[in-house]
This record gives sequence, structure tokens and C-alpha cells, in this order.
Amino acid sequence: MKKGYFGDFGGQFIPELLMPPLIELEEAMKTILPTEEFQTRFTNMLKENVGRPSAITYCPNLSKDLGLDLWLKREDLNHSGAHKINNTLGQGLLAKMMGKDVLLAETGAGMHGVATTVAAAMLDMKAVIYMGATDVVRQAPNVGRMRLMGAEIVAVESGTKTLKDAINAALRRWLSDQETTHYCFGTAAGPHPFPTLVREFQQIISKEAREQFMARNDGNLPDVVVACVGGGSNAIGMFHNFVPDESVKIVGVEAAGTGEPGCYSSAPIDHGTDGVLHGMMSKLLQTEDGQIEPSHSIAPGLDYPGVGPEHAHLDAIGRVDYTTINDAQAINAFKTLSRREGIIPALESSHAVAYAIENREKLQGKSVLVCLSGRGDKDLGILDQIL
Amino acid sequence: MNKMQVKIEEARAKGKVGLIPFLPAGFPNREQFWKEMEELDAAGASVIEIGMPFSDPVADGPVVEKASLKCLEDGINLTWILTELKKRKGQFKAALLLMGYLNPVYQYGLDKFGADCEAAGVSGLIIADMPLEESQFVKDAVEPHNVALVPLIGLNTTKERMRLYADGAQGFCYFVSVLGTTGQRESLPARIKEKLAEAKEVFDIPVALGFGIKHPDQLKEFGGLMDAAVFGSALISHIESGHSSDSFMEPWK
Repeated sequence: MKKGYFGDFGGQFIPELLMPPLIELEEAMKTILPTEEFQTRFTNMLKENVGRPSAITYCPNLSKDLGLDLWLKREDLNHSGAHKINNTLGQGLLAKMMGKDVLLAETGAGMHGVATTVAAAMLDMKAVIYMGATDVVRQAPNVGRMRLMGAEIVAVESGTKTLKDAINAALRRWLSDQETTHYCFGTAAGPHPFPTLVREFQQIISKEAREQFMARNDGNLPDVVVACVGGGSNAIGMFHNFVPDESVKIVGVEAAGTGEPGCYSSAPIDHGTDGVLHGMMSKLLQTEDGQIEPSHSIAPGLDYPGVGPEHAHLDAIGRVDYTTINDAQAINAFKTLSRREGIIPALESSHAVAYAIENREKLQGKSVLVCLSGRGDKDLGILDQIL
Repeated sequence: MNKMQVKIEEARAKGKVGLIPFLPAGFPNREQFWKEMEELDAAGASVIEIGMPFSDPVADGPVVEKASLKCLEDGINLTWILTELKKRKGQFKAALLLMGYLNPVYQYGLDKFGADCEAAGVSGLIIADMPLEESQFVKDAVEPHNVALVPLIGLNTTKERMRLYADGAQGFCYFVSVLGTTGQRESLPARIKEKLAEAKEVFDIPVALGFGIKHPDQLKEFGGLMDAAVFGSALISHIESGHSSDSFMEPWK
């Protein structure tokens, strides 16, 4: 009877009142997703509105500096500036075809909120976006974009006022409004079927990247594939089609926060333990009593005390190496990629780029393909305060 | 028969609705909490629901959330709750039930939790974020210790799912009156009657109505369709404004 597990992780740990909409969504995945109508409309939207396929870019200057071949999968070039749009258009179209007229979402960095608002506008739906009050301040440009495109923004004042509290509040709203509203979950986490649904829409990243890399490298696969991991949606999308390739080392980069003792990181795989939050059994930052710890990262999109259950599983079976990068290392990568290649990465993606920089000695001569999950314009305010 | 069912049926035998007040453990502070418990017990509560505070209570409205977070700040945890209850075992006429979220219970250790509940005189458990699909491992751990896992159902629960919940259910069935979180409401949805009737047909244990209840007048139209009423937010607000549990219970007596 249990559904949606990746090994020991996953499941549906939510109030009974949310089971009917989850069952309805699972049913829609079976009956609507495979139809020609859905697939044709979705593919066309990705091509005409998002700009897919996104490029892969070779970084000649940084490759020379580091002594390795650095490639980027350019999700930052997507419309609205990040990988998030792949998922929101997919879920938005699915919801529309299910007869819903409101897209509800939570957002940390704001990118998922923007992408949900774009999807809602394109599909003639209403967007309701929950955002921690702290993140509303940290990510003001994205709040402005969402408002401009017609979203209702709800600033969440409870708890730590960041992503986890925005998720709590959005789940409460969904409890009440489930008949008209689809909860457009932003990452490959949460109760089943969200981790599977989000991966379904994000796996196009690795499908394209794998084909593009091989076309540019005489049919060879990259030695290393890297992505940053918050909830883990860009990462699961980037990893999925490389998982069967045993020669490819896959690396997930969590945020170590300030890196100082006592700092709440955002690295539940590295520093967390098994537990239940937001509908899933996964790795969590928590106290011995099972209370959820606040997280910290300079990158709001990574600032989450949990991680998608498939990542917890990929860690448990040893297929993916999860490691950490701290705020200072990410800022260095942010500046370095900007100056050496003219590409301003999101602070989230900077953690993945930083992996290549910080590990250059052991990566000498290797080809490293990094998912550049989003662009960094949104983070200039944060950087202005630091630099 | 589980003590919760016994107590609710005792109330029914007297022509009354079973009363199920909810208070977060340690609210409004450690000492006063036990005074409130004693007052609720003396005022005729059939079952007292003790909240196990959790940092991320997604099924709760603002009143319960705020009270629970305050208890967490005061250092309330499961060890404190079960240790203090054990000291007072046998002092309460009402059946005792713990209500909360899975993670603190999971971290405590399910087998230890079941055994410690039994030692503390706890008869029931509600886990708000654990639907039928995920409940078996908790049921297996607590039922051998005579702790019933109380089913939580609502307006959107199909009759088919109700039947699955009813299979082997003990204590009482908790029927959530609204699609939403805990908290007082001025009026309750009209659909409740029809769904309560379904629940009464499916469950052979008492059915309790909860969420949004603040006064006995709200229950008049549901006579015969429910056996007990659960109230939390209204009681918490009453205590927060300086009144006693006893005065809150007065109109219910």
C-alpha cells in the first residue's frame, strides 16, 4: 500500500485531508501525461517559450586556469532565468488539463515563484506564491517580477521565515483550496508523487546535456557531472540520465553555510539524519528530539533543512557523491565565472561551479560538466552587501 | 475496549456528548499545564488530548502553532511529557491521548514510545501527518502497548477509505470538520452532516467532531451523528486571556 519510495526514502507523510488531491494528481500523471495532446503542447512550450534545448557551453579560460575541461549546461539561459520553468510549465499544463485554475507555489530564491507565475500567465491561471518574509527581502527583484506578472505574494512570518515555513504555509493553503488549486511543488521533494513528477519534468536537462556533450566530444561521456543540491530538482534532472553510465562520476554539492562551527548549514545529506518533514522520509537537519533545525546558505534556493528522497537514496547506495561548498567558496566561484567567462551564475549554481575550482587538483585533465541551474542577476543585491 | 471508547460511551449513556479538550504539553507553562489538566479532568473531559509540540505543524492553525512553538522554546519534549505523565499515572479519570507529528515520535524510537506511553497511562495516539498508507509501522509498535492509533478523517475522505481506516480501529474516530487547519470558525460546512452519517455507518467505535469547534451550540444540528467533540484553539485562547479551563468547560457540562 505504501507508494513513492526510493529505497527507504520517500512516501506520503501528510494529513489525510491531502491524500485525495495527491491521489488525483497521481491519477492525472497516469492518464494525462502520456497523451499526445499533453506531450505536444509541453514540447512546444519548452521550445517556443523556454528556449529549449538550452546550450552547453565550453569554458576555455577557466578550463585553462584549472587544468580541466569545464562545460556548463546552461539552464540559466531558460526564460525566467533558471531550470525551474521546466517543472512549472509541466505541472501548470497538467493542472490546467485537470481542470484547476490556480497555481499555488512556495519559493525560496524566488526563481520557482517567478517560473510558476510565468506558467500561470501563459496558461491563463492565477498564481499564489508563498515566500518566507526573510526571502521576500533577500530576493526583492524576483518579488517585483512576480507582482508585475500578476501573482499574489504571501509573505510568511512564522518560524524561520524562509523556505521551509513557506512550504508549511502553502501546504495549509492547499488543504483549504484543493478543489480549485494545484500545488505546484518546486523541487523534487515532498510527498509522492511530487519527487517523481518533478524529476519527470527536469530530466530533460540530462537528456539534452548527455546528447550535446557526446556530440561535441566524439561520442565520449563526461568524466564528472556536478550539480548543486538544495531540495534537489536541478540536480535530479542533471543526474537522471547519467545514473546508468557507470563511468560517469556524479557529484551533488550541498551548501555548508558559513562553514564555521555552529553555523546551520543547508547540507542534510552531509550533516543530517533520517526523518520526516513535508510529506517525505528523507535526510533532515534536526535536533535529537526531532525538531527541524533552521538552515543557512547565502544562496536562498539552497536554504532548506531537507532534501528530495531520491537524493537520500542515491547517497545511500553510493551512486552519487555528495559534498559541501561554503558561502565564501561559492562567492569566489560567482566572481570567478563572471570575470573569466562573462557568465554570472546564480549563487545556488555557484556552489556547483565552486566544486570544480576547489577540487581542481584531483580533477586535472578530466572533463567536468556542471549544471548551471540559474543566472545570478537576482543575487546582485546580496553580493552588494558582502563585496 | 480502549479507555477512550469507554469514557466517551459513559458520557453517551448519560445523554451527553463526550468532551475532548486539546492542550499542547507544557502550555501555558510547565506548572500551570498540570493545573489545567486537573481542571479539565474534574470538569468531565472524556479524553484529554495532549499536544506533542513540533517545529513544523502543517495541520495546525495560528493559535495552536503559536502555543506549540512557545512550548518548544520552553524546552518541552517527549521525554518530559512521558516522564511527567508517568509520575501522575492513575490521577486522571479521563483517558489520555497524545497528538502530534511523526518526526519527534520517530526520533524518540517507536518501540520505546509505545512502552513509555503504556507506563505513563496513555491510551491513544494521533499523528497528524500520517495517512493510512504510512501508518502500519506505527500501529505495530504502539498497539501491543494498548495504545490505539486514532484515525483522522475528513470531508474529502471517501467511504472506501473510511472502511480501510475502520478496519481494526480502536478508541474513537476523529472527524475533521473543515478542509483546513485547526482553529475556530464561525460556521461549519453544510456537507458535514452527510459525511458524518457515512462515518457513523462505517465505524463501530465513537465518532468525534473536531477543528473549528468553540461552543456547544455549534453541535446542536449534529445530534445523533457524533459522539464527542474536540476543541483546542478556543480553549488555548481562553487560557491565554487569563481564564481557567474550568470556566471554559462550564457551558459544555
